[in-house]
Amino acid sequence: MISKEQVEHIAKLARLELTKAEVQKMQTDLSSILDYFEVLKKAPQKVADRGRAAGRPTSTSLRKDEVIKGPASLANNLVALAPDTKDNYIKVKQVL
Amino acid sequence: MDLLDLTITQLHEGFKKKQFTSVQVTKAYLDHIHKKDKEINAYLSVTEKLALDQAEKADKKMSEGKEFPVLCGVPCAIKDNILVEGERATAGSNILKDYVAPYDATVIKKLKSQGAVILGKTNLDEFAMGVSTENSAFKITKNPHDITRVPGGSSGGSAAAVAAQEAVYSLGSDTGGSIRLPASFCGVVGLNPTYGAVSRYGAIALASSLDQIGPMAKNVEDCKVVFEAICGKDPMDATSVATEIQNAKFKIQNLRIGVPKEYFSEGIDPEVEKIIKNAIKKAKDAGAKIIPVSLPNTKYAIACYYIIVPSEASANLARYDGIKYGHSEIKNHKSQITNLLDVYLKSRGVGFGPEPKRRILVGTYALSSGYYDAYYKKALQVRELIKKDFIEVFKKVDVLFTPVSPIPAFKIGQKTSDPLSMYLMDIYTGPVKLAGVPALSLPAGKIGKLPVGLQIIGNYFEENKILDIASQLEKML
Repeated sequence: MISKEQVEHIAKLARLELTKAEVQKMQTDLSSILDYFEVLKKAPQKVADRGRAAGRPTSTSLRKDEVIKGPASLANNLVALAPDTKDNYIKVKQVL
Repeated sequence: MDLLDLTITQLHEGFKKKQFTSVQVTKAYLDHIHKKDKEINAYLSVTEKLALDQAEKADKKMSEGKEFPVLCGVPCAIKDNILVEGERATAGSNILKDYVAPYDATVIKKLKSQGAVILGKTNLDEFAMGVSTENSAFKITKNPHDITRVPGGSSGGSAAAVAAQEAVYSLGSDTGGSIRLPASFCGVVGLNPTYGAVSRYGAIALASSLDQIGPMAKNVEDCKVVFEAICGKDPMDATSVATEIQNAKFKIQNLRIGVPKEYFSEGIDPEVEKIIKNAIKKAKDAGAKIIPVSLPNTKYAIACYYIIVPSEASANLARYDGIKYGHSEIKNHKSQITNLLDVYLKSRGVGFGPEPKRRILVGTYALSSGYYDAYYKKALQVRELIKKDFIEVFKKVDVLFTPVSPIPAFKIGQKTSDPLSMYLMDIYTGPVKLAGVPALSLPAGKIGKLPVGLQIIGNYFEENKILDIASQLEKML
């Protein structure tokens, strides 16, 4: 069984606040999920190199590194979605 | 003639002959949605104004006397994790409850360029995490064949909309079975394309190495029409690939069909097995060669999948930070926010539902120092084994026939308390995604009133072979 402290630690790493009830529920859920993963220990050890066995193109193609002109409305739409803004800038809490 | 009965191609013919207009068809659908969707809950939002505007434009285009695209004027539904500019896109999550899409997904651009009519956005499990659509933060979609049962998930709204005649066709997304499972449960045709065949630009990400957008429709012909409209290379998605649409016809009598024994093992409902075996027999009677095959690493697929997906999801969902967009606690005085960390912790704590939280935790755990090798790295290695299974088997056969799911649609609430039992529903659909190959769900029969889907799995980028075979089989079943 995964401990309460472990769940709280992972939740903090994941930037997720959990209630006490949630921590308790996640202890049970995570334990049974992680137990299920044990089956992978039985999988063959010898494995193909990643990507080598692939029958499909695994390389990704990148587009040219150039500015794509978008309408001003797109930028405005994007900034408008931020929950806290000032003078068309996104506002955040003080970092330092 | 009931307009709601018509397929895409039938509507197209009707438009050409001026038997009816797109506005008439669109209004018929909107009327039906207003009546029927109270019961089904397929839609999260009905985009009535957009639909009528598009229908009017389509009618104008069609009245010009020139040839027009086959999707022109045809009303469709879009899963709510795909962006339609100016419309809400919630991904079924409270964290995106008020999010209005700032641009169109590439698939939506493509549909719009054909003159498509968008009726609304359909319900899904939160961030497409689920197999029953019960994980939606907003509503539970009912299976139109039995409203006490789930429609499957995560594209449950998109499947139910087509099955309940609330859309001619729909778009869904498939990460582990999210198009095929609801297609099977709701008795519609659903195609999960090869990874890379369809652009993911503008689809809200769950697991980027697996997510694919695909069509759900009344029949195979319609499914093919929509697939051809949305596929292709997109500069905005580096993993998308230019696909050549082959016009060669594949005949069922020349076909080698593989039947993997691992997909008929313990746990399968005997009635489901009977329906799938019957479909295989029909293909055999038509002259196809049936070859028993093995995909030996199938037994590791679910564990592998449920490490890789949460790992990728935990990274993808890090973008919901309460700062750029989505739900934020920043201005909520009750939350007593004092610093930047509080904004993250509290916005995410309030915004995400139980399943995303569970997966973020599993993913963070699997990627964390000390556990990475045992979980994430191991899962990547096993994924290669599973991929290799498919590559080897497709040297011997053209397609694989399997069930989509071991059981038909289950009761609403039946599995909600046990997340692992939900995860196991991906047993026949998950391996396909780990390999990245295409697969389709074709209605193959019913248990009582509950539809059962046959899964046809093909080799990389052989969607057209799958669709050809499915179309011939559709007439026999």
